[in-house]
This record gives sequence, C-alpha cells and structure tokens, in this order.
Amino acid sequence: MRRTGPFAMVFHTLVTIFMLAPLVIVCLVAFTPENTLSIPWGSYSLRWFRAVFEHSDLMQSFWNSLGVATIAATLAVLFAVPAGIAIARHEFPGRQALNGLLLSPLIVPHLVLGVAMLRLFALFGARGSSLWLMLAHVVIITPYALRLVVAALAGLDRSAEQAALSLGASHATVFRRITLPLMLPGITGGWMLAFINSFDEVTMSIFITSPQTVTLPVRMYMIATESIDPMMAAVSALMVAVTAVAMIVLDRLYGLDKILVGQH
Amino acid sequence: MSFLNLEGVSKYYGDFGALIDMSLSVERGEFISLLGPSGCGKTTTLQAIAGLIPVTRGRMTLDGRDITKLPVNQRGLGIVFQSYALFPHMTVAENVSFGLEMRKTPKHERDTQIAQMLKLVHLDGHVSRYPRELSGGQRQRVAIARALVIAPPVLLLDEPLSNLDAKLREEMQFELRRIQRKVGTTTIMVTHDQAEALSISDRVVVMEAGRATQIDAPYRLYEHPKSEFISGFVGKTNLLPGRVSRGAAGTAVELAQGQRLSVDGGGFADGANVTVCLRPEKLFFTGAAQCTLSGRVEERFFLGSQWLYRVSSPLGELEVSCANDGSAPVEEHAEVHLAWADDVARLVAAKT
Amino acid sequence: MSKATNTASRWTPFALSVPSLALFALMVLLPLALTALLSFQQYDQDKGVQSGLTLASYALVLGDSYYYEIFFRTGWIAALTTLICVLVGAPEAYILSRMGKPWRSIFLLVILAPLLVSVVVRAFGWSLLLGPNGVVNQVFELFGIGKVKMLYTSTAVVVALVHVMLPFMVIPVWTSLQKLDPMVENAALSLNASQFTVMRRIVLPQITPGLLSGSLIVFGLSASALAIPGLLGGRRLKMVATLIYDEYLHELNWPLGAAIAVALLVINLVVMLSYNAVLEGAYAKRMGRS
Repeated sequence: MRRTGPFAMVFHTLVTIFMLAPLVIVCLVAFTPENTLSIPWGSYSLRWFRAVFEHSDLMQSFWNSLGVATIAATLAVLFAVPAGIAIARHEFPGRQALNGLLLSPLIVPHLVLGVAMLRLFALFGARGSSLWLMLAHVVIITPYALRLVVAALAGLDRSAEQAALSLGASHATVFRRITLPLMLPGITGGWMLAFINSFDEVTMSIFITSPQTVTLPVRMYMIATESIDPMMAAVSALMVAVTAVAMIVLDRLYGLDKILVGQH
Repeated sequence: MSFLNLEGVSKYYGDFGALIDMSLSVERGEFISLLGPSGCGKTTTLQAIAGLIPVTRGRMTLDGRDITKLPVNQRGLGIVFQSYALFPHMTVAENVSFGLEMRKTPKHERDTQIAQMLKLVHLDGHVSRYPRELSGGQRQRVAIARALVIAPPVLLLDEPLSNLDAKLREEMQFELRRIQRKVGTTTIMVTHDQAEALSISDRVVVMEAGRATQIDAPYRLYEHPKSEFISGFVGKTNLLPGRVSRGAAGTAVELAQGQRLSVDGGGFADGANVTVCLRPEKLFFTGAAQCTLSGRVEERFFLGSQWLYRVSSPLGELEVSCANDGSAPVEEHAEVHLAWADDVARLVAAKT
Repeated sequence: MSKATNTASRWTPFALSVPSLALFALMVLLPLALTALLSFQQYDQDKGVQSGLTLASYALVLGDSYYYEIFFRTGWIAALTTLICVLVGAPEAYILSRMGKPWRSIFLLVILAPLLVSVVVRAFGWSLLLGPNGVVNQVFELFGIGKVKMLYTSTAVVVALVHVMLPFMVIPVWTSLQKLDPMVENAALSLNASQFTVMRRIVLPQITPGLLSGSLIVFGLSASALAIPGLLGGRRLKMVATLIYDEYLHELNWPLGAAIAVALLVINLVVMLSYNAVLEGAYAKRMGRS
C-alpha cells in the first residue's frame, strides 16, 4: 500500500470529523445539567435520561418501535429465505422480475410508499392497526434480508450438499443439516440489518402511524418540530448506543463492512 | 461377471458429446484411473457413475444391480470430491459420522467405526477439529475417511491430489494406495497426471474427446501405446514418420531419410503410413560404426536422476535421456551417434 | 464435480416465491396503483375526495409556479448534494482503499456506521451543530467570522443531506475500487506515467460506473428526503417531500399529494433509466460486463 500524502490525510481527517460530529455532539449534549441545549463543560448530569424514562409517550413509542421492529424483522426473514432460495438456486421465468420487485423498496422513495400505504390503509380502515404497520415495515426491510440470504446461498459450497446426498441423505435432510446451518450467519445478519432499518424508519412511518401505534423516530420527529430541549439529545444518545451495540454484534457475526457494502 | 459394468454409457449436452460410448468392466478390488487432458470426459464418467448427472444412453450395473436410474442418495457409493467438500460447520468426527447416521447405525457402533477409520488415515489426534483448522493434506484424509467409513462398494476419487503441493502429492499417492489395499475397496480415480495414474493403478483408462482410447495395465500402456496421442501423453516420446514395407526378408519401416528399421510390422499393411514412437530412455549414445543415426547435442538439462539431451538429427529433433550414473555427461554441441534396440520401437497409425 | 441434478420439481421455485409475491403485490403494487388512481381523482375543499377522473391535480402541479419553485429547489439541492458527495466521497473511498489493514476497516466503519442511526437523530445533531449557538458558529466567532445563519436555510439542508448520503456514494465507488488490480496502477507508473495521469486515465475510467450508480442513489434519495428538510429547512424552505406531507396531512388534498408523489416517482425512474442507458452504452462496451 502506497503511503498516502499529507494533503490526503488532512482531507480524510476532515471527512471523519464530519461523519462523526453530529453523533458525538448529540451524545455530549445529552449529559448536560443545564435546561437548554449546551455542551457540558466539566459537570455532567443524567437528568435528561431520567426525563426520557419518565416521559410516557416517548417510552410507549419506544416499546412500539421495539415490537414492530422485532416482529417485522422476523417476518421479513421468513419471507426472504424461501424467496432467496428460489432466486439464488432456480432458473425460472420471472426470476429477474421477482428479484426486482422484492428489491424495489430500495428504489421507490419511502415517501411515496408512505403516502401510497396511507391510501391503502384508509380504504381498508387499517389506520390504527399494529399489524398493518408491521406489514408495511416488513416490505421496506425485506430487501436487506433478501440480499444477505441470496449472498449466503451464493457463497455456499454446493459440493458439500452433493457430498451429503452421496452419503445417503434425503433432500430434506440436506437442507436441514447442511444448507440451513451454513446459511445461518447470513440469515442472522439479515435479521439484524432488517431490525435496525425498521427501528430507524421515519419517512414512511410518519404517514401511516396513528397516535396508538406511533414509533420512536416519528415521536422524536414530532417533538423536534415543536420544542427542543436536551431530552431530545438524551433519546438520540440512547438510540446511538443501541445502534452501536447492534453494530458490534453484526460485525462479530459477519463483518459489518461485508454486510453494508455487499459480498463481491 | 465383473463388479462394476459400464455398457455404452453416453452423456450428451445438446449436440455436444461429453462422454461417448464408454464401456468398462471393473473387477472387485481393482484400482482404476481415468486419465486424460481437460475436457476428455473423465470427470463426466465419474459423475455418471456417482449419479450426480443423468446419462443420455447406456447402462451401469453394480454387483448385478442396474443402477442407471438410481438417484445419487440411493447408490451408496463413496465419493471424494476435488475440493474435499467437507462440512465446514462440523468437526472431523461429525463429518465422518454423517454417512453412518444416514444409515441409522447405532451410536456405539458409529463411534467404533469412526475411531478405526481415523486411525487408518492417521487423523486420530484431530477428532474435534474443524475443517478450517486443518491443512490441505489433513482435509483430504478426512474426505477419504468419510467416504470409506460407510464401506461403499466403490470409491470414487475426483482429482484427489491436484490441490496438494508436489512433495505432499508424492506422499499421498502411496498413502492412497496403502489405504485402498488395506480396505480392498474397488476404486476409480480421475486424474490428469500420468505419473500419478501409472504409479498406483491396476489399470488405466486413457480418454480423449469423450472416448476411451486405451484401457491397459500401466506397464503395457507405457510400453505399447496405441496412438500418437497416448504415446505423447503418457510419458515422453520421440515421433518419427515412416512407411511400412513388407518384403520376403521381413517387415521394415522406411524413415524419412531412407533409413530402414526392421520392426515387428504388427497389423499394418504394406505401404501404410505409420509413426515410430521411441522413448527417450530407450535411445543411447554409441560409436559411429554401430549407430543408426548421427546428430548433435543442441541443449542438455540436468534433472537430478537423469540427463535430458535435445539432439538435432537428419530426422528432426530428438530427446534422449540417460541415467545419471556418475559418469561425465555429453557436452553441448558435441557430435553424437544414436542407436536403440530393435524391439523398443513402437508403431502407431500416422495421424491423418 | 459441478452442479447436482435438479431432481426437485419444476414448481418448487414458484411455490417458494408465492408468499413474498403476495405480500409485495398487496403492500407495494396495490398501494402504488391506488395512488396513481388517486392522483386522477377530484377533490373538493369541503366534501373531500370525489369520484370521477380529472387531470386537475396534475395541471396544478405542472402549471402553478408555487409548485414549480419547490420542484426546482428540490432539484438543485439534490444536484448540489450529489455533486458534493462525488467530490468528497470518491477521493475518500480512494484514500480508504489505500489504507493498511486495521485502519481501513475502522474508517470504513466510521463512514458506514451512520447508516444504522435514524435520520432523525442525525438531523437533530446537525441542528445542534449549525444553530445560532451551535458549535460551528462558536468556532466561527473564535476566528472572528461572526455568526452565520445556517439553520433553516438550504445550507443546513445540504450539509445534513451530504452527511446522510455520503455512505451511499462511498459504497459503490469502494466496490469499483475493490475490483481494481493495484498492480495495474504500478504498471502505469513503471511506464513513466505521473500520479495525476494514473488517476485520470487508469483509476477514473474504472470507477466511473461506481460514481454513476452512487450519484443515482444519492440524487434519488435527496430529492425525496423528508426528515432533513422538515427539521432543518423550516417552514419556509419547502421541498417536494414536505410539500407532500402538507397536502396529505394538513391540507388533506390527497389527489394533489398523490399527483406530486407520482411526479416524483416518475422523475426518479426516468433519471435512473436514462443513467442506466448511458452506463450500458458507454461502459459495457469498453470494460466488458463487470
């Protein structure tokens, strides 16, 4: 690797600071003992974190988000695995179209999906329903799970499956004891990536959540547009912490850069 | 009735014949090699026997049973894949145990058989290791153990030594033969390395463009190749074009510059175009009076146990190899005189 | 040994696809179709959505200068964001690819990790940094520049958009760079090419597909961004997304909102397809299928 010049290093440092700045500032401000948004120099306090836990609307929306994300991610994986097997392993007419359709939420703006689903919900009377909200999230996060499942299958050594067949295993046994265990890291990584994307999702959710089903990011958006105090920073800091934990787990499991960049 | 029989087995992909009319009878306990360059059909043959690909035509029987239409998981053959195909998420013991589990062998019996097999392949110290923790040679032995522990009627090996480095390959060749002899399993091995095929097989099947061109024991194959291709593929050879002339005094071959060799004309008509095959080690340097051919050493190579000379002659460039018996080698650019025994020249049909 | 015989029945792939197909038909295709239909429906201030089809919403969107202005603003903000992402993201990806082992993964993570944090948090963070008493203004005061109004201007929106979109530019460029054989650059240097020439004639042509696909993604996402203009743009700086939000949730003129959404979608698709055409044409021929 050639040594990078000093100019490049300065540039790179600035970019790094740029990428981390908003996250760092949010975590700092969360610890301020003041009443207003300020950086704690010297003294720090946990009062705003306490405020978060005492804010019933905020806590309710946190549980909503957690529930929706967990179930949606699980459903997304359940949909993605069979579809992924079909796409990765079978040649059939419509394969490309199916692949395109299942990945389309990556291209269709969440904004458009949000208003489209709002219309659907209005017609079906689904506005306050958690189930419909979950289904909407499932559709948004399935592409992430699908990509990882397909990548896991593509990287699987098929001769191991042939070896298992030659040793007398039925196709079902081969799937259960060879294919599925070898796919598991991909499936788990897919679940976690799907979970995070559901938990974070705001643009579509703004349109389709109702007061009972409102999720954490939407609640935060609503609070931020009205009044801003350090409690917002505390919630944000907590979200960053949750993301950091998820990131570490994903990295250990699979290699975060591989998940976000994709296998090549 | 031989143990494994292939009758007219063919595999076509559309119009392309990957395997054409393969007929082979394998005796119980034999070690057969399928030898040939890439694309000759040797791997296709192995896949057909294994049941990994369906055949287009022909029949295969094993111990009297017709297995042509049986799916791969019902044939019960032992397969060692080129990449070993070990189960990465299972230990050595679990890998070897898999086939026995499929046969519902009870646990204590399984454990005994696994222990015995791992001892046989010298892996008894690595029972709980995972494939990623093993070297290439060790992984290969796990693959062999896994295939043999189910006591298959036939063991199929797909280029088992090609992923190993040269020194290891030599060791494993003899290891493979030792194990096979000990267990007595009928074995079919695919390889493109002729030295490998010759050193450990009972018989070799040379294949070219989807067909079997010669099936013989290694020594016979080497000494009596049936075509120019085989002569060049199995060992080194010198090829001299000539024409048969049968006369009252016997049969001779007339070479390009008018030299006459008396040979065993064997099956060739008078006037037929033939190619004379001479192995480099069968040629030797001699005095001017007794020689058949004169020439000059253009280059020489030292190969440790032998000297290889490139000699230019009126008949073209010839390779001569001499054992390194300690005496001084011939210098480059020296004038030399070549001769060979009468019965070492082989005749094959000239390539049209 | 190569592929095993596919003894599974011919219907297996279809059976496997049906659940997801059904879900997506219900939750993606149907809603989009309904929205397209909605955009043609009539709207009455007092009575709500009426039956009967009309092009009134589209006429409004395409004719009224209010909407034009917003589309135009969205367009140039998205374009500017894309440009900055190219100018910052491509060099950064290159620098990363040249780094040694531990640092490369660490800094790649630094660039990519923000993707996993909700955009609300990131927008809020920028509002803290760019506010009148924010860190950036404090630094400016230190340097004697004085306070600059950034929050609730397009500056804040662009800055935050660049922050959110940069990973989407780095990823495709990074991927293209991974496919580059570093020895090729060395070969050019050994033939007396200058570093600059190497960049221009060896590296740049090979990462251009990555740049193009990254630009597509960034432009599309920026044009449809909601949370960032909503939190950092203020009430006066409307972009397409906040406009749609207004129509749907405040004005309740759903057909109009639907028309704007459809227009946005169509523009997105057109941009994407035309870029793809350029990509196929220019690069497939020269570089071969990558």
